[in-house]
Amino acid sequence: MKKIMMKGNEAIAESAIRAGCRLYFAYPITPQSEIAEYMAKRLPEVGGVFLQTESEVATVNMVYGAACTGKRVMTSTSSPGFSLMQEGISYIAGAELPCVFVNVVRGGPGLGNIQPSQGDYFQAVKGGGHGDYRLIVLAPSTVQEAVDLTQLAFDLADEYRNPVLVLADGMIGQMMEPVELPPVRDLSTLPDHSDWALTGAKNREPHRIAAFNIDPVGLEQMNIRYQEKYRRIEDKEQRWEEYRADDVEYLMVGYGTVGRILKSVVDELREEKLPVGLFRPVTLWPFPQKRLGEISERVKCIFVVEMSSGQMVEDVKLSVNGKVPVYFYGRMGGIVPTPEEICLAFKEVIR
Amino acid sequence: MKVIFERPKSLNDKEFTYCPGCHHGIIHRLIAEVIDELNIQDRTIMVAPVGCSVFAYEFFDVDGTVAPHGRALAVATGIKKALPDSVVFTYQGDGDLASIGIAETIHAANRGEKLTTIFVNNAVYGMTGGQMAPTTLLGQKTTTSPRGRNVENEGFPLHVSELLSTIPGVAYLERTAVSSPRDILNTKKAIKKAFLAQLKGLGFGLVEVLSTCPTNWKMTPVEAQKWLLENMTKEFPPRLFIDKVGD
Ligand SMILES: Cc1ncc(C[n+]2csc(CCOP(=O)(O)OP(=O)(O)O)c2C)c(N)n1
Ligand code: SF4
Repeated sequence: MKKIMMKGNEAIAESAIRAGCRLYFAYPITPQSEIAEYMAKRLPEVGGVFLQTESEVATVNMVYGAACTGKRVMTSTSSPGFSLMQEGISYIAGAELPCVFVNVVRGGPGLGNIQPSQGDYFQAVKGGGHGDYRLIVLAPSTVQEAVDLTQLAFDLADEYRNPVLVLADGMIGQMMEPVELPPVRDLSTLPDHSDWALTGAKNREPHRIAAFNIDPVGLEQMNIRYQEKYRRIEDKEQRWEEYRADDVEYLMVGYGTVGRILKSVVDELREEKLPVGLFRPVTLWPFPQKRLGEISERVKCIFVVEMSSGQMVEDVKLSVNGKVPVYFYGRMGGIVPTPEEICLAFKEVIR
Repeated sequence: MKVIFERPKSLNDKEFTYCPGCHHGIIHRLIAEVIDELNIQDRTIMVAPVGCSVFAYEFFDVDGTVAPHGRALAVATGIKKALPDSVVFTYQGDGDLASIGIAETIHAANRGEKLTTIFVNNAVYGMTGGQMAPTTLLGQKTTTSPRGRNVENEGFPLHVSELLSTIPGVAYLERTAVSSPRDILNTKKAIKKAFLAQLKGLGFGLVEVLSTCPTNWKMTPVEAQKWLLENMTKEFPPRLFIDKVGD
C-alpha cells in the first residue's frame, strides 16, 4: 500500500474514522488540537458527528452518553484536559462502556507548557479518577504505530467493554512521518452491542447502565467482576517491542518517544561493542511484566529513561522484583533527552 | 369492574424510595403519563441525576443511565447525537442542575439540544441531608446556612428559568408547581409540551417544577405544601417563559 506523509495528530484522527468512529467530542488544547480540527472537517463528510464542547468535563460525559448507545466514540485532549476528564472516566470504566481516549501529553504539573512530556504516566496507568478501575493504555512511538494502536484501541474497547487510552506525547502528535493507513471498516461488521446498549426498549426489556449500586454486597460483586476482567486483560494483552535484546547484558527500557530515541542509543552503544538492548512497553497497562521479568533474569542491570521524574520505573521495578539493579534517567519540563546525553548517563551508571 | 385509574405503562411496579409527601413521586407519574400519551416509550432514554432521584432510571420502564452529579445534559447530548431519533430526557434536582451542572445546562440549552429536562426545584440538597442549594431562599435555614441564607455570604437565590429565558436555543420553558390538582394538570401539560418541543425538533425544553422536601424542611407534608405556596412561589413565580410549540 501507498505511504503518505501525515502529522501524528491527523493520522490518529484519520485512523479513528477508518476504525468506524463516527462520534467525536472535544475541547481545544495544544498540542492535540489538530485532531479536533481534522475531525471537524472529516466527520461530517462520512456522516459522523463532531462537537466542540464547553469543557473537558462536558466532553467526557458526552463520550459517556454516546458510548451508552454502543457506537464507536472518541475524544482527545492533552494533560490539563485529561485531568478534568477523570471523574467521567471513573464512571465510564464502572459502567463498562467501550470508548477511546487520546492524551497527547504535555509538560506539567499545572498549566506547565506545551512541549512533549511523559509526566501523565501515573494518572493514565494507576487511575486518576476514584475507585478500583483500569484503563487499557497504549503508547505509540511513531506516527505509524499511533495509527495502528488507534485501530487496536477501538477493538480492545469493544472486546472488553472498557475505555482504552492512547497515550502519546507532543512529539508524536506534532511530527510528520510517512504512514500506511488501514482500510476503511465497514460499519456493519463492527461488534454488535444490542444486548446491552441504550437504543430505546423496543420489543425488549429496558436496558439500564450505571456505575452505581447502593447495596455494598452488590457493589462488591460488580467490583469483583471488573477485577476478573482486568486479570483476563493482563493475561492476554501485554504488548511490547524488543530491539537487539537477544544477547544483552544491559537492558534499556523506555516507552513512546523515549523508546524511539533509545533505539538510536542502543545502535550507538552497540558500535562501541557494548551489549545493550531495548525493551519498549507498548501496553502501559497491562504492563508487560511477564516478559520483562524473564529478560531481567539474564541481564546485569536495567536502565530506564523517561520524560518525567520517574513514573514507569516503578512498574519496571515491580516486574524485575529485585533480581537486578534498576537505574533511572529522566528529563522534565517538556525537554526531550538527546541520544548523546542518554549514552553519557548510561555509561556513568555502568562504570 | 371498570378500571378508571392505573399505573402508567412507562412506570414499573418498583416502590418509590422517596419520603412521604415528597413531590418526586407525583412528578415521575406525570412524566410517565406523558410518555404513554405520546406513545414514545420504546424510543425514550432517560438520564437520571445524582440526588434523591438517582433511582429514577429504575422506576421508568424505558432505557436509562445515571450521569455523574450535574452532567446529565452532557450525557444526554452524547446519547442524542448518537441516536437522533431517540427521545432523551433528564430529570435533575436544583443542586444537580443549577449548581455543579449549571455550565452543562446553559450550554445544552444554548446549542438548542433537542432534549427535555425536568428540573425539580426543592430549594435544598435533599439526598445529602438538607444543605443549601443555589435556589435556597434568603433567610431559609439549612444545615449549611444555619443562620438563614444571607446575601453577604451566599448571594441570591439563582433563577434558572429566568436565566435560560434569554437563550435562543430554548423552545419550551415553564415554571410550575404540583401543589394542587390544577397545578398538577398544568405541570403535566407543560411536561408534554417540553417533550413535543423535542419531538418536533424545535429545540431545548425545560420545565422547572417547584417541589417540596418535607424531610429536610423539617415539616409535615401539609406544612411543606403551605410553605411552598407561601414562600417559594413568591421568589420563583410560576409562569410560562417560552413556548415555540404552540397548540
Ligand atoms: C461530584 C459530586 N459532588 C457531590 C456529590 C454529593 N451529592 C449527592 S446528591 C447532592 C445534591 C443533590 O441535591 P439536588 O440536586 O437538589 O437533588 P435532591 O436530592 O434535592 O432531589 C450532592 C451534593 C456527588 N455525588 N458527586
Ligand atoms: S429527602 Fe427530600 S427530596 Fe429527597 S426524597 Fe425525601 S423529601 Fe424528597
